[in-house]
Amino acid sequence: MTISIDPQKTNNDSLQPKGWLRYFSFSLDHKVIGIQYLVCGFLFYLIGGTLASAIRIELASPMSDFMPRDVYNQVLTLHGTIMIFLWIVPVVNGAFGNYLIPFYVGARDMAFPRLNAVAFWLIPPSGLMLVASYFVEGAAQAGWTAYPPLSITTPQSGQIIWILSVLLLGGSSIFGGINFIATIIKLRRPGLKLMQLPMYCWAMLGTSLLVVLSTPVLAGTLILLSFDIIANTGFFNPVLGGNVVVYQHLFWFYSHPAVYIMVLPAFGLVSEILPVHARKPLFGYTTMVFSIMGIVVLGLVVWAHHMFTSGTPPWMRLFFTIATAFIAVPTGIKFFNWVATLWGGKISINSAMLFSCGFIINFVFGGITGVALAQVPFDIHVHDTYFVVAHFHYIVYGGTVFIIFSSIYHWFPKVTGKMLNEKLGILHFIITFIGFNLCFAPQHWLGLNGMPRRVAEYDPQFQFVNQISSLGALLMAISTIPFLINVFLSLRNGKDAGDNPWNALTPEWLTSSPPPVENWEGEAPLVEEPYGYGKQFCEQK
Amino acid sequence: MTTLDSSKEIQKNNSEVNETHEDFRMFGLITFLIADGMTFAGFFAAYLTYKAVNPLPDGAIYELELPIPTLNTILLLVSSATFHKAGKALLKDKNSDSQKWLFFTAFLGIIFLICQLFEYFHLPFGLTDNLFASTFYALTGFHGLHVTLGTLMILIIAWQSRINGGRITSQNMFPLEAVELYWHFVDGIWVILFIILYLL
Repeated sequence: MTISIDPQKTNNDSLQPKGWLRYFSFSLDHKVIGIQYLVCGFLFYLIGGTLASAIRIELASPMSDFMPRDVYNQVLTLHGTIMIFLWIVPVVNGAFGNYLIPFYVGARDMAFPRLNAVAFWLIPPSGLMLVASYFVEGAAQAGWTAYPPLSITTPQSGQIIWILSVLLLGGSSIFGGINFIATIIKLRRPGLKLMQLPMYCWAMLGTSLLVVLSTPVLAGTLILLSFDIIANTGFFNPVLGGNVVVYQHLFWFYSHPAVYIMVLPAFGLVSEILPVHARKPLFGYTTMVFSIMGIVVLGLVVWAHHMFTSGTPPWMRLFFTIATAFIAVPTGIKFFNWVATLWGGKISINSAMLFSCGFIINFVFGGITGVALAQVPFDIHVHDTYFVVAHFHYIVYGGTVFIIFSSIYHWFPKVTGKMLNEKLGILHFIITFIGFNLCFAPQHWLGLNGMPRRVAEYDPQFQFVNQISSLGALLMAISTIPFLINVFLSLRNGKDAGDNPWNALTPEWLTSSPPPVENWEGEAPLVEEPYGYGKQFCEQK
Repeated sequence: MTTLDSSKEIQKNNSEVNETHEDFRMFGLITFLIADGMTFAGFFAAYLTYKAVNPLPDGAIYELELPIPTLNTILLLVSSATFHKAGKALLKDKNSDSQKWLFFTAFLGIIFLICQLFEYFHLPFGLTDNLFASTFYALTGFHGLHVTLGTLMILIIAWQSRINGGRITSQNMFPLEAVELYWHFVDGIWVILFIILYLL
């Protein structure tokens, strides 16, 4: 059965508000929804960043003098939750996915435009609810993992609001995932083969599979947890005969794949950006595809490496150590492929390229500490110390957030028709890169020396290194300023970008900037070689 | 941000739009049901782990009896068959037959829910009595929620497949097919649930 696209209906859709107003409407245009995701996510990034600054100010001195201990716990819980569920996951999946995937598959919109808008509009209310929980009786304070029995014994209203909010965000994420899978598999332009898709499509396909398979388990777990809190059941409450380790298993069955949900799309985006600015084909396309799928499969069976100190039996430790170490293989393949893409290329040093290179450097470092953490004897030593914090932030900030910025520099001309200022961009990169490494590299040392995480007070011997780390955090906070100035100045009077400022070959550049409502006038172009640099000279313009 | 100022352009575009694409609503539904099934999988995994590692405390009561759930299993399996009949009838343009079968399916669903409630009221344990009691009510309750939603959807499509003014016809089968798939899914989950909760 086929559905014909009814011109009448499409007309009605395009009668929605024009100009900036459409970003506040229930728009069905995938490009509008992508921008909604991005801007909404960035606002939450600013909130989460403010909380992070508060954490680093508190940790600049060994005593808890900046805020009381329970407030510190609330701040770190909200920081983690906001950054993961409201900034990284929605932006790296929702924002860039919605904007780019329909272009890449040669479609006029996503497969289910209404579901898409619903998925976005679940995010602002649940995010506001989460932030507002601060003003109830105190926000959730059990960390973003919400481990029972801590989450059962701490004040209840904040924790329940936290659960509701994460459930809504999970729903949004599942709807998004269903939409991406249907779009990539079913909505491809006739004649476009799977193995001709740009790499970001593959990354989003893998990510969406993980979302669809693992997020519902988190939803079920949180429903059981809320029963424990509200209805006094004992699923995870040892006092009532429950089992806390079951919560950890179910939670990490989602939350380990969640790391790949955050980082796989970044892999895809960097694979789009590097070939354009190095003027070379992406090295090892097929191996890239298979490594993404390998990461998806392995990512589902490694969750218990977060639980080596939870009384895990030896066979489980053995299995999960080996499975985790295996992930280094596909990830390593991707890393070497990116380096090989750069090798001998005609590299332009611009902000997008610099952020991508920063990503490669940070990510390989975070990956190495990841392999170290997979080893049981080492993991038991550094479990719940700052070493884990450092590793995690090297992956999600040094990895994903760097790529988010890189992508903004790369696609800003397409979205707005204006170029961003390169000088401010490079300044932004330098401050971010120095600030980030200054903030998180010393934390490896802190962790190895036994400073526990999630505690407001620490041994005075760690004060100097903590102050270095706080200085880095200050630089990271400052780095936002040139970025914001850059965006606002360029929106007002940036240089005109033209349709294809980077001479790129992927389909989104083969239309005007900004693109028309239905992406192309006339038929969608068939791009059989999205990375054919050097094979043919780009003469799109 | 500027738009292409483009009422003209849109008009032009729309006049050209005569494209068709494959109907992938069913594909989306299947993806959703896989996700929904993973929620149940999480619950089952939790229950089986409890079974394996958490002994029932002394004096705690957790006993289930088979007659009502067996009847419920039969009810749901029969309702799957009657739903299938409804689809077949609609395909042959026998709308009123189809409607009868749909109402019968919804009736079976309601009987299922009544039996389930009857069982709840006669069980010797409550929600918070012990770990297994809690898990039992969470699992059957979550499934019962699915049956309730399914029954409501069946009543809606039964109303919509009426002869005068109904929107579901042999040309527009999708709503019926979608609810049918969902209903088979809920039945399948019940069979697994029956085996795990009552028989194991």
